[in-house]
Amino acid sequence: MKIIILGCGRVGATLANMLSKSNHEVVIIDQNGEAFDRLGDDFNGQTIIGDGTDEDILKRAGIETADAFAAVTNGDNRNIMSAQIVKHIFNVSNVVCRIYDPIRQETYNRLGLKSISPTTVGAKLMMKEIVDPDANGRSAIGSLATGASASTAPATAAAAPAASATAASATPVAPRR
Amino acid sequence: MYILIGGGGQVGFYLTKGLLDQGHEVLLLERDARRAERLKDELGSAVIRGDACEARVLQKAGCERADLVIAVTGDDEDNLVLCQVAKQRFNVHMTIARVNNPRNDAIFKQLGIDVTVSPTRNILNLIEWQIPHHTLVPLITLNRAGLNLVEVTVPPDSEANGRTIHALNLPRSVNIALVTRGEENITPSGDTLLQGEDHLFALTTTDGEQAMRALILGESDAEQ
Repeated sequence: MKIIILGCGRVGATLANMLSKSNHEVVIIDQNGEAFDRLGDDFNGQTIIGDGTDEDILKRAGIETADAFAAVTNGDNRNIMSAQIVKHIFNVSNVVCRIYDPIRQETYNRLGLKSISPTTVGAKLMMKEIVDPDANGRSAIGSLATGASASTAPATAAAAPAASATAASATPVAPRR
Repeated sequence: MYILIGGGGQVGFYLTKGLLDQGHEVLLLERDARRAERLKDELGSAVIRGDACEARVLQKAGCERADLVIAVTGDDEDNLVLCQVAKQRFNVHMTIARVNNPRNDAIFKQLGIDVTVSPTRNILNLIEWQIPHHTLVPLITLNRAGLNLVEVTVPPDSEANGRTIHALNLPRSVNIALVTRGEENITPSGDTLLQGEDHLFALTTTDGEQAMRALILGESDAEQ
């Protein structure tokens, strides 16, 4: 898939590295060139310096032939605006953005925008940990963090379904490839 | 009217003052604490400190009974979100957004903002208007009617020079409302004979504009 990412902060860089390692074609945009230092040495996608709400920059990043777009800058409004531009002007259907504010997220869910709220997801996982920790001592948070899946680690099999259930109930999540 | 304004910069400040003077009920929302304090000194209870893009703040400000929400922060994305949240969540009838990047004008309209104001675009248009170029200058957009009021100066070598308006065969969507010739104002009819350097003021659609560019300015599609 060809994926355009807006924002090379920690999440953006991590996402870019992961997608690149899975052999997707990745283009990542950030206003600050130094942000690209966060990308791994084996990142083999493209980087572009610029404002992701600017049509010209998006076109230069190849938005017209992109399969997916992720907006993960640290500004909710910037993410919301760029996601809508990509969705409604460039007609990319697979668009996800990060919206920290849960209420703003709800408003934009109703407008049909897919989003992830780390606020909501984080709080729910924390709550699970505090209120109902796994009896074996394996944490739901732990399995999500290490990326262990039910199939590879039998010991975390009990925790993994709980983690995915929590994440799924939090927000509409972009389907994993 | 009850009007909510997001963004306590210069524009927000003078807008609030002006609207209060006109007798409207106005609430100005400013995110920065220090700025909000200074604004309160001048405007009193017409100012609330808070981020206008947050639904909680808009709720506290009584957004659901606002007749009009105006977003005049310095950032286009903030203005967009403020207006969208106001419309989507609080059913505000009319939203106005300031647009700094002229490119965002069309995008905002497509995303549901009722009226956009672009200072950059306005100044660019004014410059075109002041310099005697032979171009088509959009003056005002009448959103509800889907029409633009435009101004065109007839070039001396134009096909239109020496022809009547009727003979130009402009589409029906072009309504030439006024012709000024030097100091003279002419209320035009189909028989009005056009001359070089005449200023034509027309109400027209986008298609009509293209026809005017082609027939009066001689611009081909490539030039437009």
